[in-house]
Amino acid sequence: MSKVRVLAGTRKGAFVLASDGKRDRWDVSGPHFAGWEIYHVKGSPAEPNRLYASQSSSWFGQQIQRSDDGGKTWEPVGNQFTYAGATGTHQWYDGTQHPWEFKRVWHLEPSLTDPETVYAGVEDAALFRSADGGKTWEELPGLRGHGSGPDWMPGAGGMCLHTILLDPSDAKRMYIAISAAGVFRSDDGAKTWRPANRGLRSEQMPNPTGEVGHCVHRIAMHPSKPRTLFMQKHWDVMRSDDGADSWHEVSGNLPTDFGFVVDVHAHEPQTIYVIPIKSDSEHYPPDGKLRVYRSRTGGNEWEALTKGLPQRDCYVNVLRDAMAVDSLDACGLYFGTTGGQVYASADAGDTWAPIVRDLPAVLSVEVQTLG
Amino acid sequence: MIRVVLPAHLRTLAKTGREVTLEVEGRVTQRSVLDALEARYPMLRGTVRDHATRKRRPLVRFFACEQDLSHESPDAPLPDAVATGAEPYLIVGAIAGG
Repeated sequence: MSKVRVLAGTRKGAFVLASDGKRDRWDVSGPHFAGWEIYHVKGSPAEPNRLYASQSSSWFGQQIQRSDDGGKTWEPVGNQFTYAGATGTHQWYDGTQHPWEFKRVWHLEPSLTDPETVYAGVEDAALFRSADGGKTWEELPGLRGHGSGPDWMPGAGGMCLHTILLDPSDAKRMYIAISAAGVFRSDDGAKTWRPANRGLRSEQMPNPTGEVGHCVHRIAMHPSKPRTLFMQKHWDVMRSDDGADSWHEVSGNLPTDFGFVVDVHAHEPQTIYVIPIKSDSEHYPPDGKLRVYRSRTGGNEWEALTKGLPQRDCYVNVLRDAMAVDSLDACGLYFGTTGGQVYASADAGDTWAPIVRDLPAVLSVEVQTLG
Repeated sequence: MIRVVLPAHLRTLAKTGREVTLEVEGRVTQRSVLDALEARYPMLRGTVRDHATRKRRPLVRFFACEQDLSHESPDAPLPDAVATGAEPYLIVGAIAGG
């Protein structure tokens, strides 16, 4: 029988939540790396028991942990992230120039085919790759070498490269997203990059339609439709049907189009999910009601999913890497909150129940469908 | 034998106890002690000192014999009590909430 394994990164450690395909009873292990911030944990699609975790601390810096047994045991691997060449400067919050400084790894994206290869999106924004299972890391300098770096700026969480999408139909095509620079696309295996933000509009920028500077919170794709991308921007839910050459807004009837997460149903490429958050100054759901919104039309027409979710007095946030879908039938959805709950739905969002209620603030949620 | 007391997070990372003991050849300085610590526990590289600059990370402090050595030269000799193992060299995470 199939199993699922949910990998939750929190402010104070990592947790592994496991269930069979029914997804109604869960075994919880953790905290792993107790007391450390775990920004992200993700498994290799090529070897599911190979997991990578980003472990960090303002005091003691960055660690990368690796497991080869599905999260039972871990070993620290390489933690040296050195920018290639001159570090250069980016915009600071006040518009002045500020030197690039490595702070932490936000996101780890294992290769679709090689368990030894994994990409890391870091703060201050850059893309690194390891080809030896995380022991050594090298920056892929073409991204920062694009030349628009002086116009990139940090969002409230820092200037982070937080999303890495690998096109399953073209091994040389990748998309990344940076807060606040926007989306970049490479068609040559991460050697060169170009901004892919046409159609975005951000009032926080002097030129709201500028080539870079947009605070993109998350992008998602369905593997069967890799030219169709969905985006939760700081404000606005957006869609592209041409591989990010252009974007158009699909916020439609959402109660607010601010938010962090966006994800796609595993079997229905036009079914997408967001969790609206009231505003950039009030990081909690509107009206104290935690609602996932689903569109079966790829945007514009949205329905609120509320069954099993708190519909009063709920003031948590759901951060950008904290939603995932499994590939069982029916598709399972998972998201974690800053209040420490991890919610699961085994019926594509129709009903929800918490797997755990009282973890530290959840930073990231990934899920693996096994067997 | 040099005694080094680690903060809690580094104990769990290095899978060791509160205090580790190290052999240090030559002059006992902060640099030679930290070099020996990182040689014995490679996973601690980058956690106390920056990988590239080898400078103390901003939220880490060094104490010994009731003195704050954080801003002393890394090549200055440590007190005899540390060099003889009578007193430990303390690596401390700066106090902060959370």
